[in-house]
Amino acid sequence: MNVRSIAEIEKEIVEDFALFDSWEDKYEYIIDLGKKLEVLEDQYKIEENKIKGCQSTVWLTASYEDGIVVFKADSDAVIVKGLISMLIKVLSGHSPEDILTAKMDFIAEIGMMTHLAQTRSNGLLAMIKQMKNYALAYKMMQEGEKNK
Amino acid sequence: MTVSELRGQFPILGRTVKGKPLVYFDNAATSQKPQSVIDALSHYYSHYNANIHRGIHTLAEEATLAYEATRFAVQEFVGAAFVEEIIFTRGTTEAINLVAYTWGRENIDAGDEIIISGMEHHSNIVPWQILCEEKGAILKVIPVKDNGELAMNVYQELLSNKTKLVSIVQVSNSLGTVNSVKEMIAAAHRVGAKVLVDGAQSAVHLDIDVQDMDCDFFAFSGHKVYGPTGVGALYGKKELLENMPVFQGGGEMIKEVTFEKTTYNDLPYKYEAGTPNIADTIALKTALDFIKSVGKDRIRKHEAELLAYATTELEAIPGLKIIGNAKDKVSLVSFVIEGVHPQDIGVLLDNMGIAVRTGHHCTQPLMKRFGIPGTVRASFALYNQKEEIDVLVTCLHKALKMLL
Repeated sequence: MNVRSIAEIEKEIVEDFALFDSWEDKYEYIIDLGKKLEVLEDQYKIEENKIKGCQSTVWLTASYEDGIVVFKADSDAVIVKGLISMLIKVLSGHSPEDILTAKMDFIAEIGMMTHLAQTRSNGLLAMIKQMKNYALAYKMMQEGEKNK
Repeated sequence: MTVSELRGQFPILGRTVKGKPLVYFDNAATSQKPQSVIDALSHYYSHYNANIHRGIHTLAEEATLAYEATRFAVQEFVGAAFVEEIIFTRGTTEAINLVAYTWGRENIDAGDEIIISGMEHHSNIVPWQILCEEKGAILKVIPVKDNGELAMNVYQELLSNKTKLVSIVQVSNSLGTVNSVKEMIAAAHRVGAKVLVDGAQSAVHLDIDVQDMDCDFFAFSGHKVYGPTGVGALYGKKELLENMPVFQGGGEMIKEVTFEKTTYNDLPYKYEAGTPNIADTIALKTALDFIKSVGKDRIRKHEAELLAYATTELEAIPGLKIIGNAKDKVSLVSFVIEGVHPQDIGVLLDNMGIAVRTGHHCTQPLMKRFGIPGTVRASFALYNQKEEIDVLVTCLHKALKMLL
């Protein structure tokens, strides 16, 4: 379980990005995050885990234990992978409720909104949606069990 | 006119992107517009905006004349025998769909074959797939060779008396390959098939002569020939157009309407239902006039130099591989770089003010054929300069340093 709240992690990322004064630094940081992202095992790189953007392929998988959702993901494009890494940092290790209500404002605040735009060129928006879908599914599963 | 004088006619080229001077290398997606085209649009709306073909007032007359003047300009641009062979559409995609939904519905039956190629844009695949599904017809595909040329021997084998239509791109938007359409058309005609030529990429570079080519249909888009978006044209041989069923019903395309029966207007109006895109159509003539004033020969010569220079310079980058090495190519270079996703390159180049296209370029089957997720495509126009290619090469090195 993540001891810090989603809002706290978002704030920390925004503060980190405020230190960069050039676009190069910003992207080098994202690329570095992408390269360091925990490897997603091949068994998860399957069709049903794919989130298809127009240009890069993103695989996303989730697991649920003790009321906590853990995400794992990968992409064939390293900048997208860096962005995924941030999404995982923010959302992974939280309860479905917290994930569902997460604002994700940090993306605009760090100047990555262009990656969120609903163009065909990226799957970032689709990724957040899919992460929230997982959270919703786990939430309903949890409620179903309570009502048994 | 020098290239820098020509550049001066394109106001957008003076802008910066992310603090750097814009390098616009996405001309195969859409070209920029000269001031004269921008002025033609605003002049129309400020001076003679009116609905055409109906009103008898001065504004309507001026607008109608200007609109029809574009039809004559397009006739000359593609070398059509008759002006009524020019149908205005929203662009190439709508032109292809028009043929699929009219000529196709009437002439394609179960078991008939339609031939396309492996380098078609989705716009020249999907309309035929829909038609084939509806009619029980069969779509055949001419394979693409490793160098990006079509396997012409296979094309010859695919042709038979079952072939009813060959719909082929004249210039590939992903590879730059110029296909030998004249030869392909002659071969198709020998088996009695009709031929549609997708001229979306070719119209801006090559001299188009539909009579010499002897194609049955030809389609192109205004926005790729320095004109506005939302207008394009379909050329069709008169006897074909006359006998095809109508596309969309509405105003303009009718002769007389009663509740019992409607008679249709003559060519070309039969296929132009509703109030057309008047402003953009008028400004399309301005764009074609602009091309004429510069001269396609000169444009081609300049672009060929850019292509040769870019090819040499890009090939020198370690790990870079050009996709599409046809002998006859227009001025675009599609490439991949080992170990790097095209999208990552595109994002970083954008931060350096360079607009390239990355991805599959709406030719997914072609990308699959080459086993790549997509390419980076730099496509050049008459206003591009060698210095800009130098900027691209420098910035590519920088991007690779960041990525690898």
